[in-house]
Amino acid sequence: MDFSWINGALGWIPFLPLLGFSFNILLGKKLPERLVQGVAVGTISGSFALSLAGFFHLRSLEPAARSVTQTLWQWIGLEGYGLPPLDVQVAFTLDPLSSVMLLVVTGVGLLIHIYSIGYMKGDDGIWRFFAYLNLFSFAMLVLVLGESLLLMFVGWEGVGLCSYLLIGFWFKHLPNTTAGNKAFIVNRIGDFGFLIGMLLLFWGLSDVGHGTLSFAGIREHVHLLAGKELLGLGLLNWIGICLFVGATGKSAQIPLYVWLPDAMAGPTPVSALIHAATMVTAGVYMMARMSDLYVLAPIALITVATVGGITAVFSASIGLAQNDIKKVLAYSTVSQLGYMVLAIGTAAFSAGVFHLMTHAFFKACLFLGSGAVILSMHHEQDMRKMGGLAKVMPITFGTFLVSTIAIAGIPPLAGFFSKDEILWKVWEMGAAQPWYRFLWLLGLLGAILTAFYMFRLVAMTFLGENRADKHTREHLKEQPAVVTGPLVVLAILATIGGFVGVPHALGGANRFHQWLEPVIATMPAEHGHDSHGDAHAEGFALVPAAHAADDHGEGAHGGDGHRLPDEESPGHVAEDAAHAMDHEGSHDAHGHGHHPIDPMEYVLMVISVLAAAISGGSALYIYTKKPELPARIAERFRGLHHAIYNKYFVDEFYDATVVAGVMALMRFLARFDQVIIDGIVNGSAWLTRGAAVFSGWIDRVFVDGLVNGSAAICKDAGASLRRLQSGRIQTYAYAVVTGVLLLVVVGVLIGIPH
Amino acid sequence: MAAMFLALIDNVLSWMIFFPLIGAGVILLLPSSKSTWIKWTAVVATLPPLVWAVQLFMAFQRDFPGEQLKQFQFTEGPYTWIESFNISYFLGVDGISISMVLLTALISTIAVIASWTINRQLKAYMALFLLLDTGMMGVFCSLDFFLFYVFWEIMLLPMYFLIGIWGGPNKIYAAIKFFLYTLFGSVFMLLAMIFLYYKAGKTFNMVEMMEGAKGVAIGAQVLIWFAFYVGFAIKIPAFPFHTWLPDAHVEAPTAISVILAGVLLKMGTYGILRINYAMLPEATAMLAWVIALIGVINIVYGALCAMAQTDLKKLVAYSSISHMGYVMLGMASMTPQGINGAVLQMFNHGTITAMLFLLVGVVYDRAHHRQIDGFGGLANRVPVYTGMTALAFFASLGLPGLSGFVSEVLVFMGGFKTFPLYTIISATGIILTAAYLLWTMQRVFLGELNPKYETLTDMNGRELLMLVPLAIIVIVLGVWPMPVLDIISQSLNFLVTHVGDAAAAAGVAGH
Repeated sequence: MDFSWINGALGWIPFLPLLGFSFNILLGKKLPERLVQGVAVGTISGSFALSLAGFFHLRSLEPAARSVTQTLWQWIGLEGYGLPPLDVQVAFTLDPLSSVMLLVVTGVGLLIHIYSIGYMKGDDGIWRFFAYLNLFSFAMLVLVLGESLLLMFVGWEGVGLCSYLLIGFWFKHLPNTTAGNKAFIVNRIGDFGFLIGMLLLFWGLSDVGHGTLSFAGIREHVHLLAGKELLGLGLLNWIGICLFVGATGKSAQIPLYVWLPDAMAGPTPVSALIHAATMVTAGVYMMARMSDLYVLAPIALITVATVGGITAVFSASIGLAQNDIKKVLAYSTVSQLGYMVLAIGTAAFSAGVFHLMTHAFFKACLFLGSGAVILSMHHEQDMRKMGGLAKVMPITFGTFLVSTIAIAGIPPLAGFFSKDEILWKVWEMGAAQPWYRFLWLLGLLGAILTAFYMFRLVAMTFLGENRADKHTREHLKEQPAVVTGPLVVLAILATIGGFVGVPHALGGANRFHQWLEPVIATMPAEHGHDSHGDAHAEGFALVPAAHAADDHGEGAHGGDGHRLPDEESPGHVAEDAAHAMDHEGSHDAHGHGHHPIDPMEYVLMVISVLAAAISGGSALYIYTKKPELPARIAERFRGLHHAIYNKYFVDEFYDATVVAGVMALMRFLARFDQVIIDGIVNGSAWLTRGAAVFSGWIDRVFVDGLVNGSAAICKDAGASLRRLQSGRIQTYAYAVVTGVLLLVVVGVLIGIPH
Repeated sequence: MAAMFLALIDNVLSWMIFFPLIGAGVILLLPSSKSTWIKWTAVVATLPPLVWAVQLFMAFQRDFPGEQLKQFQFTEGPYTWIESFNISYFLGVDGISISMVLLTALISTIAVIASWTINRQLKAYMALFLLLDTGMMGVFCSLDFFLFYVFWEIMLLPMYFLIGIWGGPNKIYAAIKFFLYTLFGSVFMLLAMIFLYYKAGKTFNMVEMMEGAKGVAIGAQVLIWFAFYVGFAIKIPAFPFHTWLPDAHVEAPTAISVILAGVLLKMGTYGILRINYAMLPEATAMLAWVIALIGVINIVYGALCAMAQTDLKKLVAYSSISHMGYVMLGMASMTPQGINGAVLQMFNHGTITAMLFLLVGVVYDRAHHRQIDGFGGLANRVPVYTGMTALAFFASLGLPGLSGFVSEVLVFMGGFKTFPLYTIISATGIILTAAYLLWTMQRVFLGELNPKYETLTDMNGRELLMLVPLAIIVIVLGVWPMPVLDIISQSLNFLVTHVGDAAAAAGVAGH
């Protein structure tokens, strides 16, 4: 079938849910529930159908040509005066990477919309709920499809808004809204980093004559920034780290992960869709999009990898001791996101995206399953009051168990393939950079912890005896098909979803990797063999040459990224040929051709599977057979347990430092404004008035006194002089004579000349 | 049809300026008892200027490279006014002023609707309001500096009475503070203006004065630059001259707050562009960093002060101080992105902050107080009001897709090129703004409904009529800001080159 019409219909993928949102937010309140749901589900179904069409259309194209852009209108444009023009289009790009995300977002999104019909039944605000879900889908799809970093940022903040709205969906309960605020504000801290990274990138590129934020432009020109320095660190490293700060917010990494566990205050479908399957992976997606930059930024990469690795273990350890079913899943999500970030930091971008996809399946299934449990338990989330639910909720239990096995990394379920690929890539990177060996160890440790807390969760919730009160126990029941249906679909995906990425070592072709290859950069081979610092200087010197070789004008997409020149890696010739000849079938030949399988890969696989199995098994054993043991252990290591149980007091630490600091500064400045600044204004007004009063007094007493005084003197003088005016001629004559005489005397005395 | 709509009347700028004044005259002739007549006369006096402004906006020729006089369109005059001092009546608009004229016409009309509830001495109120309208329009259209100054001062008087008579409990203090503070700034402006008048060869023609300061020694330029700056900074208001604003806002009636924040503050930054940038380009190149620095302080300091407020109107007032900081940072950057972002931000802040003050007014009319902690859970009771406030808040905190984002991101972009450190500090503003607005949202609207407000009524038709148009503008300019960017960019790019050329010619090092 020909799906090329999708080229002109890409915009509808995000705009359909936007229409749904507009309809429901404006009219939904007065309309029947059915119609509201129908509009919401209908629009997201439309997006899903279009996404499928897009996927098939891409598949029908040559790998190198798999990029379709629809430009709608100019968003921000400025003609420069000497400075490079700014031109940001509202344009959407469908390529292998965005098509994977599209399918995840609309596919899982559709399932969760359907599930929400059951979950939110009878809620007063159902129109609002579906409107927000639609709005979220819109924003997420803009994020995925946006053709420039700035347009991606629109979706990026848009999903943050929806996350805020949905976490605080039940806003009557104030703590929910506090959690929403926390999510938005913490994400804004990340966005601050994103913004600075974007500015550095734009001006960096503009310095080399290509000021742009479009992904195609970035992909084509970012290598020109290699070698540029800023404050002693490579510019690309700065940009990579700044963008990563954005990712630590959205994808809940240390140090900004604190909002995600609190975000569980939202309705469970929201936790599944936004806070597990889609939005929180945006950071990973963004970094995969920027792979061309990251492969040239080794220090940024190692930072990303380290943060990811530590987050994976750190949050998994917190998950061990939580009793709220959703909190366990939340910390699990943070931990799994850590794996994805670790993959990005290892330049194993496709492995990261692969895990993103499989995680979307099993984690959405786990969250929705926990939602079904919570519904049955009358909104009880404490696992200590659960237990034995497997008997009453067989479908929920079955799907939950499948997803648990998947997340634990037991073959052949989806999580095994994606997680093992990450661990293997990390190990491989360790050959050149021993630090990655340590990160591999963290990854393994995380996998062990994951299996443990997940099976602990299964045991506490579904196995053993039910510990709920009598009333709840009597009403326990399986949920209707509208709820369990999506669970089953997701469980199936969690089971088979990994087969698209079977590694060469297991006889597969890793088709997932091949699918993404055209849009994802690979590490320059030299990187591995140098010590860290040198890699930056030398390894990347090759890159411009690579570009020169690659630069045969492939139009919109600017070639295949940063491959080495063909003569340096002969495999590529064969590979390209393989791509050209066969874009659907198996790539076994080329795969094996230039990737000799390292036996170590099998060794590591066995280690991690065994470790996970043992760990998960012991959790099952302990929490079903020896339920008193955990308490004893907790007692034994009281300090440690206390710290883990209280999430290492990170929230308390932030409250005491950052929050309290800002509050103190704010109070100080407000006071300063009132007392000092306004004080000066009022003070000068007071002084002016004082001066006025004073001068008024001067005026009255002295100036006016002088006037009045002189008047009085004149008057008095007049009064006395009046007596002279007697009217008697003799007196006047005397006066005249006396005067003349006086004049004569004076004249003689001073000698008037004759 | 379109052509008919575009058919502009002659001397349209004069009509726009003086039509409200005619309305004021008519109102004065009406008997005070006919309050409905008075209100409708005010509507009739402000609506045609809005239509004309839209017409002008559409008819304005965007692509107009060339000599600077051609940057001004729809010019009238110069007609000699006071011959002995070479003062003339000279009007015209360029891309910067046309956007402000449109904003003024729009906000004035909306403010009349917002004044519907005034019931004390309505006649005097409306007459003064229309006089104020004339003053504002006049400032943005004047091309004669003396005329500019006259309109500038004309605005003061009605504003003083509008706050002082129809204001809140502490109105006299606020009105006098506003009046004296602005007058204080005007004195500096007057002196500097007279100085330039002589230096430019005894002319007040602003286009000629752009060349007039060329021969002035840089030391003297700096001095008069600061004199102008102080006059305008008070209006913006820029730190540390800002404390009159919260007082004035708290006391002013809703419609006057809307005018004050929506239009009047822009005159400060408009004045800097029109006078400092155009007439003293060398000093501007030297001193742009001052504007940028004060802008940064405005952004961060304003946001932190806003966070600490307990009165809703004071909070919005401080948020205005913070948001005007973006304008300063952007225009100081001397990049197309920054300066276009700055003027776009003037427009966007005008609409967004008008929404905010109108919304505060809506709840104040019902609850008769503005204490943030005195509400609680209003979303349960007044969903439309809640939704509209949420839209305004998110626009104000720069959510992408709404208009505030476009201008802020342009400001950051431009600012980063010239003042990277300042811009990074300013960018923390996006975090602080989100914090105080969301915090306010929570305290006023979320949680259980405060039982005191169980009978609170949602927005009525009149209130929707004043808010919905603004909301639409905020959304449309968020996704399609090009209509405004198009119209302002030609003039602003010219201004940037004008400053750059002058600085280069004089060998003044920029930043």
